[in-house]
Amino acid sequence: MASGNRSQTAQGLTLIAPPLGYAVLVLAAPLLTILAYSFFKDGYLTVIREFTLENYRAVWADPIFHRIMLRSLVVAALVTLATVVLAFPVAYFLSFAVSPQKKAMWLFLITIPFWTSYLIRVFLWKVILGYNGVINSGLKTLGIIEQPLTFILYNVNSMVITLAHAYAPFAILPIFIALEKIDRSLLEAGRDLGESRAMTFWRVTLPLAMPGVVAAALIVFIPTIGDYVTPALIGGGKIPMIANMIQAQMLDLDNRPMGSALAVTAMLIVAVISLVFIALNRRFLRVRQ
Amino acid sequence: MTETRFDRLADARPMIECREVQKHYGDYHALRGIDLTIRAGEFFSLLGPSGCGKTTLLRTIAGFEDISSGAVLIDGKDMERVPANRRPTNMVFQSYAIFPHLSVAENVGFGLRRDPRSRVEKAAAVEEALEMVGLKGYGTRASHALSGGQRQRVALARALILKPKVLLLDEPLSALDRKMREQMQVELIKLQRQVGITFVLVTHDQEEALVMSDRIAVMFEGQIAQLDGPEALYARPTSRRVANFIGVMNFLPARVLGETGGAVQIEAPGLGRVDIPMANVSRADPGDLGPTVGFRPEAVSLVASGAQGANRVTEGVVDEVVYYGDMTYYDVRLDGSAGFDGQARPVRIAMRNVFGREVQDVGTRANVSWSPGSLVLFR
Amino acid sequence: MKGRGLRAYALVYLLFLYAPILLLPIFAFNSGTIIAFPLKSFTTEWFGQMWGNASLRRALTNSLTIAVSASILATCLGIFAARASTRFEFPGKGPIMGLIMLPLVLPEIIVSISLLVVLLSLGVKLSILTVILGHTLICMPYATVILSTAFNSLDRSLEEAAYDLGETRISAFRLVILPLVMPGIISSLLMSFTISLDEFIIAFFLAGNEPTLPTYIFSQLRFPKQIPMIMALGTVLVIMSILLLTIAEYFRRRGIAKTGAKNTGGFL
Repeated sequence: MASGNRSQTAQGLTLIAPPLGYAVLVLAAPLLTILAYSFFKDGYLTVIREFTLENYRAVWADPIFHRIMLRSLVVAALVTLATVVLAFPVAYFLSFAVSPQKKAMWLFLITIPFWTSYLIRVFLWKVILGYNGVINSGLKTLGIIEQPLTFILYNVNSMVITLAHAYAPFAILPIFIALEKIDRSLLEAGRDLGESRAMTFWRVTLPLAMPGVVAAALIVFIPTIGDYVTPALIGGGKIPMIANMIQAQMLDLDNRPMGSALAVTAMLIVAVISLVFIALNRRFLRVRQ
Repeated sequence: MTETRFDRLADARPMIECREVQKHYGDYHALRGIDLTIRAGEFFSLLGPSGCGKTTLLRTIAGFEDISSGAVLIDGKDMERVPANRRPTNMVFQSYAIFPHLSVAENVGFGLRRDPRSRVEKAAAVEEALEMVGLKGYGTRASHALSGGQRQRVALARALILKPKVLLLDEPLSALDRKMREQMQVELIKLQRQVGITFVLVTHDQEEALVMSDRIAVMFEGQIAQLDGPEALYARPTSRRVANFIGVMNFLPARVLGETGGAVQIEAPGLGRVDIPMANVSRADPGDLGPTVGFRPEAVSLVASGAQGANRVTEGVVDEVVYYGDMTYYDVRLDGSAGFDGQARPVRIAMRNVFGREVQDVGTRANVSWSPGSLVLFR
Repeated sequence: MKGRGLRAYALVYLLFLYAPILLLPIFAFNSGTIIAFPLKSFTTEWFGQMWGNASLRRALTNSLTIAVSASILATCLGIFAARASTRFEFPGKGPIMGLIMLPLVLPEIIVSISLLVVLLSLGVKLSILTVILGHTLICMPYATVILSTAFNSLDRSLEEAAYDLGETRISAFRLVILPLVMPGIISSLLMSFTISLDEFIIAFFLAGNEPTLPTYIFSQLRFPKQIPMIMALGTVLVIMSILLLTIAEYFRRRGIAKTGAKNTGGFL
């Protein structure tokens, strides 16, 4: 504490060293290894340390990669759209209609399902949506349908429903935080200047909430695209997404350079899409409140 | 002149000595060469606007900040490399820093952990300290349930129980409301006389500094602009900046006519020719356009007519009246005050409202009485 | 009224969030072996079956060992990171904190596969130790966030006051900072424990032949006969998670109340 700038810096660096060291060893080093592998040749069971772009060429030329990557993107985009659109009214309700003492309670209720076994939740959706699942068997028992509904069966739809459920709280929280930050007098000003409630929402609330919406979209989109469990369980392995493909290349086929190139390519695509998305929304993100 | 407390302390030994103290944060100079001696038993204030370096100076004395160059001595010992926990100083923090997880007694007794005395003796010391600050019997209370004034007292007791040579107070009253603040000012003065410890107070409130201190150092931009007792500081500020910071002062442009014996003769619009004693003459600030004569609103008054004693009288027109209940402020345009440049400069006059004296209306002619001895000259 | 439509929607939304969890106990106590309506009769058979299952017990032991170790390690590392980021300025702070927080946004498949590749090429044998390594990594950002809130709500002058009153930097930390952030530490431990207990992907790739609860469940989902028992297990796990989270939330709020800060709500 008896300290100038230099020892402040030194103390900070000393403190951050253990967690930083850990993150470097267990996260950064493996990520860099993957990056390095993606430029090596596969020598069947071994890796030949020789620079090549062949893996990337192969990835880009592979029609299976195109199909799976496209499917992953479509699923992730649909999930993102569904979660954000469904979550916005809830976040709005939490921020504007719930009394301050009850907000923490509502947030807690919303986050609880997120912390309970992901695997079991995903599996339960399979049980709920299946051919003889809860919905179909329930509806049949009630005599509403005679044949099982097929559009919710093991397909992209059911994956979207499952994932939208899994990432719901992720979408609510950032939007809620953005809405909470809005100075309430701005909304009164909007009304005072002659706008209707709806137009005030459109011209004031929504633009100011956009940073939260953008954050929510990214927070849902990025992990969704790399989801492994849902395609494995819901899709029954027949409709793989990019995570399943990476795992297959890496472990089942034991082609590490190829798997690494796949992983790096997928991460690059996600990064580019995220950056484009941020760039498209940059006029909203510049707002300082 | 009556003997001030500072006169009695003049022979006291130096308690804190700052020698050429500099403090940089990168390119930012927080302290630009502070030379300062604070005497034992003195109630000393560091006064200045925010960002003037007063808190930084206090924290370098406490040992929370290293100095970039120079030296800080406490009771004759160089404090270089002596960390805060081993300095004979204790601090009352602006936020009070009352430990929220400890009771009042545990807070007050916090610094006694390494004290070799028995538990019973320590408890007695805590009780005594609480009594001293008027919190007798509050020991078992939870500290987070205290009011602002009570937290302040706990912070005081906690620091004083260690019998430091110097008590450092960082804006201790700024979080209190006006009534409480005035009450605490009086209590702090009494407490300081009672314990006899050197108090160093940081404040941006000039009134607080004037009320409480034996001496005040006014700081601007990392430097001490003036160091004086409250009366001298108020009556004879040595720069326009200090004069402006402490209270209100009227300024009129002046023309220096010459020096005679122990005085400077000037001419000022509305005042005419005046001899100003050397003791009231200071250098002008670098930004000033020329010599300026200044006087406090209380140093002038509206009178019925005629000069009394050494006072001189100038006529003028009442331009503005602001009524405050106990006081009335008049802005008066003195005859002939549109002097050298043709610009009218009304002077502000503060009058205590006493029974039977009527408040003057705007536009009435008035006689303004002033004493040449109350003028100060910046040239 | 303004909020009524929204409130109805929010309640329906909550129902959607809780639907799968609410189904768990229904089928855990249903005697039918197929997970479908109509329900058969009430039974506790599946819970009995779960209790007597040796490989499940092994998975449970493994999971608890991993969760306890990972939560302690992550919380310790989190204390360092939170203290450094809330109290000190140092060069490269942004990127460094970014790296520590990265696992929050990185798909777990990338984390686990890259770690697996490195471990395999180094010749490290996969075991519960390697799972602890991975879980500590993904719990660390959560711990850091929770603890940063705890450290942030501390008035910095509290620490200086302790120092001023004669304590050393270390004893000031022990006597003042630690008691005040203790609720945050407990909250972080419980949170990390819950995350680790539920985590599937990293355990799936890094555990070798050792089962953990999620990987055991995953392996059993292929056998329809086992599913009612998994429902029973899921019920127990969900109840445990909710319990732990409630305790964690209690401590988080108490910590905030203690330091007199404002409750901003939520874990994230």
